[in-house]
Amino acid sequence: MSNINSPAPVSTTETRLIPGPLPSSLQLTEDGKLRHFLTIEGLPPLLLTEILDRADQILNLPNTAQNKLPLLRGKTVMNLFFENSTRTRTTFELAAKRLSADIINLDIRNSATTKGESLLDTIRNLEAMNCDMFVVRHPSSGAAHFIARYCAPHISVLNAGDGRHAHPTQAMLDMLTIRQHKGDFSPLKVAIVGDIMHSRVARSQIHALTTLCTGEIRIIAPKTLIPQGIEEMGVNVYTDVEKGLEGVDVVIMLRLQHERMNSALLPSVREYYARYGLTEERLNLAKLDAIVMHPGPANRGVEIDSGVADGPQSVIMQQVTNGIAIRMAIMSMVMGTGLVGAKE
Amino acid sequence: MKNKTTLIKNGRVIDPANSIDKVCDITIQRRKILAVGKDIPADFKADSEIDASDCWVLPGLVDLSVYLREPGQENKTRILNETYAAVSAGITRVCTMPEADSPIDSSATVKLIRNKAKQAGFARVSVIGALTEKLEGEQLSHMGSLKYVDCVGVSQGREPIKDLATLRKAMEYAATYELPLFLHPFEHSLMSAGGINEGALATRLGLPAIPVAAETAAISQILTLVAQTQIPVHFCRLSSAEGVHLIALAKEDGLPVTADVAAHQLFLTEMDASDYNPLCHVSPPLRAQRDQDALRQALVDGVIDAVCSDHQPHEVDAKLAPFEETSPGISGLETLLPLMMRLVEEGLLNEAQALALITHKPAQIAELESGTLSAGEFADLSLFDPNAFWQLDANKLVSKGKNTPFSGWGFNGQTSQTWVKGKVVFSR
Repeated sequence: MSNINSPAPVSTTETRLIPGPLPSSLQLTEDGKLRHFLTIEGLPPLLLTEILDRADQILNLPNTAQNKLPLLRGKTVMNLFFENSTRTRTTFELAAKRLSADIINLDIRNSATTKGESLLDTIRNLEAMNCDMFVVRHPSSGAAHFIARYCAPHISVLNAGDGRHAHPTQAMLDMLTIRQHKGDFSPLKVAIVGDIMHSRVARSQIHALTTLCTGEIRIIAPKTLIPQGIEEMGVNVYTDVEKGLEGVDVVIMLRLQHERMNSALLPSVREYYARYGLTEERLNLAKLDAIVMHPGPANRGVEIDSGVADGPQSVIMQQVTNGIAIRMAIMSMVMGTGLVGAKE
Repeated sequence: MKNKTTLIKNGRVIDPANSIDKVCDITIQRRKILAVGKDIPADFKADSEIDASDCWVLPGLVDLSVYLREPGQENKTRILNETYAAVSAGITRVCTMPEADSPIDSSATVKLIRNKAKQAGFARVSVIGALTEKLEGEQLSHMGSLKYVDCVGVSQGREPIKDLATLRKAMEYAATYELPLFLHPFEHSLMSAGGINEGALATRLGLPAIPVAAETAAISQILTLVAQTQIPVHFCRLSSAEGVHLIALAKEDGLPVTADVAAHQLFLTEMDASDYNPLCHVSPPLRAQRDQDALRQALVDGVIDAVCSDHQPHEVDAKLAPFEETSPGISGLETLLPLMMRLVEEGLLNEAQALALITHKPAQIAELESGTLSAGEFADLSLFDPNAFWQLDANKLVSKGKNTPFSGWGFNGQTSQTWVKGKVVFSR
């Protein structure tokens, strides 16, 4: 019994696996303040309203472009984009600059990770450069949550889109746009049309709309683009676009990615436009004062007719403007700075 | 050898293969079991005696699926470490599975594994060889040579096979050498890497979805080939209620099929991955509660014939990434027996039933003379202290793979000593 030659003990590495809390609880401090912004799911309605109110306040400040707010002075924000983006990255950059932060853009697809560096190593290295906030876009669902779980405690993580999971700042700017036009959410019927399956925007919009007690949320798409069990998120599913658009107050069109066309998901762009494209006639089925939204960039002649995209009911450009205000609001909230007396 | 004869006294001997469950003695002579209970000759004189009062004496466990990672992935672990982890948990024989990064497709590889295992001297290793060259699914492997070096079966692992014609020919070629077939029911066109069970949770998390049909479509296809050829097939790692149902029907029809399930499938569901916990990233994915219930019931009904650990040790980095990018698998050797004993505590099975699923039944599937305390067999056994309460700490696992979702779980009962071929190889 004595001659048991057990193998040498294994040294346990420093980094340990942490099975952690749900993403929604991870993003709040103990006293319920916003610490990270990873997903809308699980956030209290009052907090969403606070974000919208603060963005409204920022929009009402005169000439924000010229007069910077000093709320993030001395703070460093890193835009970590592991995936393509123009609009989101630019608006985050502008938002940070208008809050007087230093901002650094890292296009990580072209640097570290292609040399075999792991995501965690990248994060550790950037942490060592003393920054305060990561704005993260990543092709894998749960990436922002992963970074928030493992990064240094003083850093706030803002999710700028992770896989198919969430794009919460986009959803909040959409809520702001809806509120500006419609006010109260409870009587509203909102239709989301297009590629729900692959859309992080749609998932975040659905969470935001349900949290804000929207009257009815409809999703409209062919069955190939509707993920299993979506009804459990609190939506009604329509495959017939004409029926789905009937009497709605808000029409949100989603972008159809090029790689989804001409595949096992859809036979052709032409058929998609013919069956699901938002045309003048189809828009007439909605309420007369319905607004048309799109997270951009729109594929004209694929999911939306040019005339509708530029028409009087379209609020697409306003969404872009709201995007900066919403991101300023969220950035100042996670850094714990108030707006009162902020203006120089 | 110092101790030629040994007497293990007063233990509760549980040997489901021989329908023994009673407090009695057991004797070992020349590394083999001489006799149990009243069969012990009156004139037997032991060179040494072990008092096993308050302990259970169990046959060594047989694990149908263990990834030893060597040769090819020594960064994860080595045969020495994992065979020691096995005996520390009462497992005395493991079947190593082929995988893409360690395809066991040549007699040289088989010999290397067997030599390393022999040198280590812990758990005995039986090798399941590759069904196709490099597991690429196109060309048949050298099954004649694999049989010659004592492979106990062949498997395509978790890799796809080109088409049904290739699968059928591979089945026929394996049957030529009487090599048992271990097939994972994976329809790869319905699966995606990093996926979880298709449904509301996958949709909410935005993770790729793997429908139950990925399993049932594959089972149905393989069953039609079994019906046509009458070649026996063992189905590896069932995950769904519908999969269980198809196997039950096939057994009713008298088809020569058997099936197993990984122990973690009996305790976890998709909800355990709801915080993107990469430790619950497994393949096939964890499914819904009703699937777990059906898998458990299948153990009672005899539809599932064996439970395995599906041990997949990983280095820590393999699980330190967003869920989709992590490697699937659980380091399961050290939780196989504890989880089975938990099924006993929960009243699903009695001790003998639970042990049968991890001893002589898997041994029968792989046609191994193991998993029993029959006289004349090598003395592969373990002493189990049913009163030892312990809490699992992932970082204290003996295996080099610390990737277990069961960290913090409390278990009643622990292996205190393990014998392989009549020698004590582990003692706590």
